[in-house]
Amino acid sequence: MKQKKESSSTDVTGVSSSRRRTLKTIGTGIAAATAPVWFPRAYAASEPIKIGAQLHRTGIGASYGRWYERTATAAVNLINEQGGINGRPVELIVEDDGTDPKRGTEVLEKFATQHKVDVAYGTLFSHVVIGSSPRAGELKLPYVVCSEGHHVASGKLNRYVFQPGITDVRSQVISMAPWISQNLGKKVTMMFPDFAFGHDHRDYFSQAIAEQGGEVLELIAVPPTETSFTRYFPRIPRDTEVLYHVMVGPGVLTFVKEMGQHFGKKRPEIFGFIDSLEAVDLATPQLEFLEGTYFWEGNPRYAQADQSDFDKQYRAAVGVDGKGASLADPKDVSTYSHMFACWESLFIIKEAMELAGYRSVADKNAFIEAMESLQKFDEGLAHPQGNKIFNPKLHQSFGHQHISKVGADGSMEVVHKTSIEDGLYESDVDYTQMAL
Amino acid sequence: MDFGPFLFLATLEGLVQAAVLCLTALGLSLVFGVMRVVNVAHGEFYMLGAVLAYWITSWISGNPAMGFAVALLLAPLFVGVVAYLSEKIILRRLGYDPEATIVATIGILYILQQTALLTFGPDARPVEPPLYFRVEFPWFGYSGYKLIVIAAAVILLLLAWFVITRTRLGLIMRATQFDRETAQNYGIAVDRVYAMVFAAGAAFAAIAAVLIVPIQQAHYLMGGDPLLLAFIVVIIGGLGSIRGTLLAALLIGLSDGIFSVFFSPTLAKMVSTTLVALVLVFKPEGLFGHRSRL
Repeated sequence: MKQKKESSSTDVTGVSSSRRRTLKTIGTGIAAATAPVWFPRAYAASEPIKIGAQLHRTGIGASYGRWYERTATAAVNLINEQGGINGRPVELIVEDDGTDPKRGTEVLEKFATQHKVDVAYGTLFSHVVIGSSPRAGELKLPYVVCSEGHHVASGKLNRYVFQPGITDVRSQVISMAPWISQNLGKKVTMMFPDFAFGHDHRDYFSQAIAEQGGEVLELIAVPPTETSFTRYFPRIPRDTEVLYHVMVGPGVLTFVKEMGQHFGKKRPEIFGFIDSLEAVDLATPQLEFLEGTYFWEGNPRYAQADQSDFDKQYRAAVGVDGKGASLADPKDVSTYSHMFACWESLFIIKEAMELAGYRSVADKNAFIEAMESLQKFDEGLAHPQGNKIFNPKLHQSFGHQHISKVGADGSMEVVHKTSIEDGLYESDVDYTQMAL
Repeated sequence: MDFGPFLFLATLEGLVQAAVLCLTALGLSLVFGVMRVVNVAHGEFYMLGAVLAYWITSWISGNPAMGFAVALLLAPLFVGVVAYLSEKIILRRLGYDPEATIVATIGILYILQQTALLTFGPDARPVEPPLYFRVEFPWFGYSGYKLIVIAAAVILLLLAWFVITRTRLGLIMRATQFDRETAQNYGIAVDRVYAMVFAAGAAFAAIAAVLIVPIQQAHYLMGGDPLLLAFIVVIIGGLGSIRGTLLAALLIGLSDGIFSVFFSPTLAKMVSTTLVALVLVFKPEGLFGHRSRL
């Protein structure tokens, strides 16, 4: 690579090029022959930066895992095309956590001891992140998560854990509560998965809607591994104006179908988190009732009329069409609303490493301090979802949220985009005060 | 929702649960009754049935009912063959030793589950119901297909009942269950009966899965819940007692449905497991089981 660069630069001078070329060929030959003698040092400089990706290849989060891996791989390819990090290529080492906190911890250990990665990164499900984080702290392994739960910003994790790529649930729901209460109704019933991520919704949305003069009539918690949901719907009070749903796991399609069976045309307003249908085609039979309902989207699955060039390039790089499905297989619908977090987090890791002049694991503390010096991310190819501000004390980013309305053909159109300020909240958490 | 409609919905849900449970538990009970083998892999045969149903229906385009009918026929058959082979290759060589077969069926569980993961993949995949309509009650809507599942299960169970109690095949099975050695003395090929029963038990689980998969989606981890519930049913009903199994399935299915709707699904599971504990303490042979003849 280095040789090639030199040759192109010297050729520009154009002086006695044939003689020079001959000498050069000889020189290259000698260099190649003696390579083992001098190569190791040069090699060390281009030794890859290893990023350990902890992903849900199997288990209940597998559809996210598949797309997180594709997105991360595309981002790494782009970073390498652009010259890597500090001139070194990036290598992504993927390990499957099985969407299981125990295995998640083991994966981090493997990253630290076997692969000797520079940074651990990835995963979505909040119980895996919460389960793995203490071990990341013990191993002193920087752990950049793409999970969207409030656990990082809540202060209950540690200084090694960051969530710079996606806004947390608390901020998401605060920013949208005013729109929901003004446009859909004030009496809300919530259906949510009965674990950390769902509890964030329960706690912070209830609070946010109360601040808007609304109230939550009923809280219906559903185990994330549930396969049958009809039994939960009768608990929705009749005077419910808005049904707020967020579901995860392999049963999500069943959940939404059974919701349609239960209500038919006599439904309340329905506001869901697209989590309830991530990786599912909205044009699936029996989902017709969703027409006219609303979804939160982190990043709009359907390319919008005002689509940015960055979104176009990002879709092309990951291999996603304008409907959020794989270019290779239109039935393979992406987790478009969330997976941008994987892309953006990698570029943030790059930014911080370059800021810290990162060379090896020994510069770990400098890397963490560099992460904590970041303030904002501008919209661009590195941040196709939009600009964000980063709160170093909370280790958490805050960005824009989208509310989309479902159309007749299952397409979704953004009807409201929140501002970053809509989602800010007071907090006295300060990770930067923790020892490294 | 008012109490009446609430109870009605709970009962419907309970009946769907009971219908599927009857079929699954019947397979488990049959295998234990005749072979004295505790088949821990039973849930995976169920999962295999659902996954095969997905494959078959996705190959056959056109009317979803066509694909579904083929799946209902072929998936249990294929699962039966897999079970037949695992009986011949593994269980027979262990001499049906109770401890060894438990460990062996745990092994089969993992082989089936991981094979499904490697081939079918980790995603949940939907299967179109053969016919879909929504039944509109005054208080709520309900999936018409779920009502079909109840009816289909009743027909299949009657068929199974007829085969077991009224045919020569059933007689041979019952004779083997009653006393293996005497049956052998009377010229019954016990080995063949065992293999057939193991295959039939697995096929029952597969039938239940094909019926349920348009409601639930096929997923490689779906075998856990039905296995647990089937064990609960078989223990309460009495290991090896067909009548007990069916009654217990109805009881557990209904109570699970009703408790889930009125209170919470977690409480429903707690009630079922408490029932198991009570039965084990006060009537270890199960409500309809006989004291083992040793």
